Amino acid sequence: MDLDRLFREESGRILASLIRLVGDFDRAEEAMQEAFAVAAERWPAEGEPARPRSWIIGTARHKALDRLRRERIFASKAPLLVETGARVSDASGAEAPDELPDDRLRLVFTCSHPALPLEARVALTLHTLGGLTTEEIARAFVVPQPTMAQRLVRAKRKIRDAGIPYRVPSRAELPERLEGVLATLYLVFNEGYAATAGDSLVRRDLSVEAIRLARLVVELLPGAREARGLLALMLLTDSRRDARTDARGDLVLLEEQDRRRWDSAAIAEGLALLPGALSGAPPGPYAVEAAIAALHARAASAAETDWRQIAALYGTLQRVRPSPVVALNRAVAVAMAAGPEAGLPLVEELEREGALAGYHLLSAAKADLLRRLGRHAEAAASYREALVLAGNGPERRFLSRRLEEAERAASSAPIAAP
Amino acid sequence: MEYLLLIYSNEKAWSAMARPELDAIYGEYHALTESLKASGTYKGGNPLQATSTATTVRVRGGKTLATDGPFAETKEQLGGYYLVDARDLDEALAIAARIPSARMGSIEVRPIQRM
Repeated sequence: MDLDRLFREESGRILASLIRLVGDFDRAEEAMQEAFAVAAERWPAEGEPARPRSWIIGTARHKALDRLRRERIFASKAPLLVETGARVSDASGAEAPDELPDDRLRLVFTCSHPALPLEARVALTLHTLGGLTTEEIARAFVVPQPTMAQRLVRAKRKIRDAGIPYRVPSRAELPERLEGVLATLYLVFNEGYAATAGDSLVRRDLSVEAIRLARLVVELLPGAREARGLLALMLLTDSRRDARTDARGDLVLLEEQDRRRWDSAAIAEGLALLPGALSGAPPGPYAVEAAIAALHARAASAAETDWRQIAALYGTLQRVRPSPVVALNRAVAVAMAAGPEAGLPLVEELEREGALAGYHLLSAAKADLLRRLGRHAEAAASYREALVLAGNGPERRFLSRRLEEAERAASSAPIAAP
Repeated sequence: MEYLLLIYSNEKAWSAMARPELDAIYGEYHALTESLKASGTYKGGNPLQATSTATTVRVRGGKTLATDGPFAETKEQLGGYYLVDARDLDEALAIAARIPSARMGSIEVRPIQRM
């Protein structure tokens, strides 16, 4: 039995139950580590138990109890507040069961509790559910290890001191709390998706981890259609990962990507989730975004993309979760469906509204529309603006190239006759 | 666990409210208090007079300095509090959300230090 693999695959599940049994994140973690250490010693010699996970939980539970007794705080200090009879031994004196079906859900929701700062939610989720070490998480988010360690310490301290309960939210609370969980997972996914070839392996693995955790949420909450929507969105987006950058690490536009390099298994899984995600009205925002991603995934080539449907879906998204960025994406889709002359007024309206001031993609989009309309001098001006605002390397290289092309086209364009 | 629910809202907006609106809100507060008492959660609570009645005391280098006004000028001012005994943070947060001022102001939920 590969203990490393058991840890990697099951530590989240083990911890979820132990936290409930022991009443404290740190104690549960310590006890689990000790149990794994004992397993490393005994299993090679004695052979591995029939049910390894149960063995670990049982052993860890006893170690935690021993420690609690030794510290003589068994009866006094209030441990993590756990709902109904799930403590180490409940009122009747009967032992609480080692594993309850809801344990992982308890952990999922507690890690994403709104009382915890966003960064802490991400770190705690990856650490407890994902089994990532502090160091791995620190490297993934390009943050010094002590900073990440502090983040985790503070989060666990707040859970204890403020009385954050270890429970699955009630039916009434569920939609809002689930939103928090999904937002955490989406953040993790985006961090991983933004990773480039030069980044550490762990950074790129974040997307994989986010997808795994989203799958878990879908499994544990089969009725949560937005969880399905998020998972579909992640799968469909991630399917393009190998085609997004070229050998140099430069950005490859969606319309120029080699679609044969798209992950067809991920696309199939994402598409299969879509009907369930889109069930019910109004559709959830993740489901709508997934539907848009699906339209790209389904098109055998860029030319076959159903831009009219995409534009319509952005319109739906604008109603369901309005934002200036969504409005911009809609403008771009409208331009693809009905021509740049249809999209330009929408982009100019957004410019006038000012909500996207400083957003380089607004200038870049405007530049692209002007380019397609043959208005090269104006396009160049917008590309220059976008360059001033753009952040990362691949994007800057792309915009510089476009700027050069626009300037060349502008200087060779015939001057209008007076 | 005991929690202090600190009720912050904009005093100017409060004083600009018409009588009937004000009465309705006080009615809501009364109902909430009764409800918390009935459930055994209520440990205390009071509305505070406006910050114009506040005086702030500091002792520095042995000298007592008393100044007019709240400890700091803020956009929202402390207007009242509830002290509750709740099962956990989630219950305290749910109570905070029922406080009328939560709709136009902010409720800070702080656990009482256990000694």
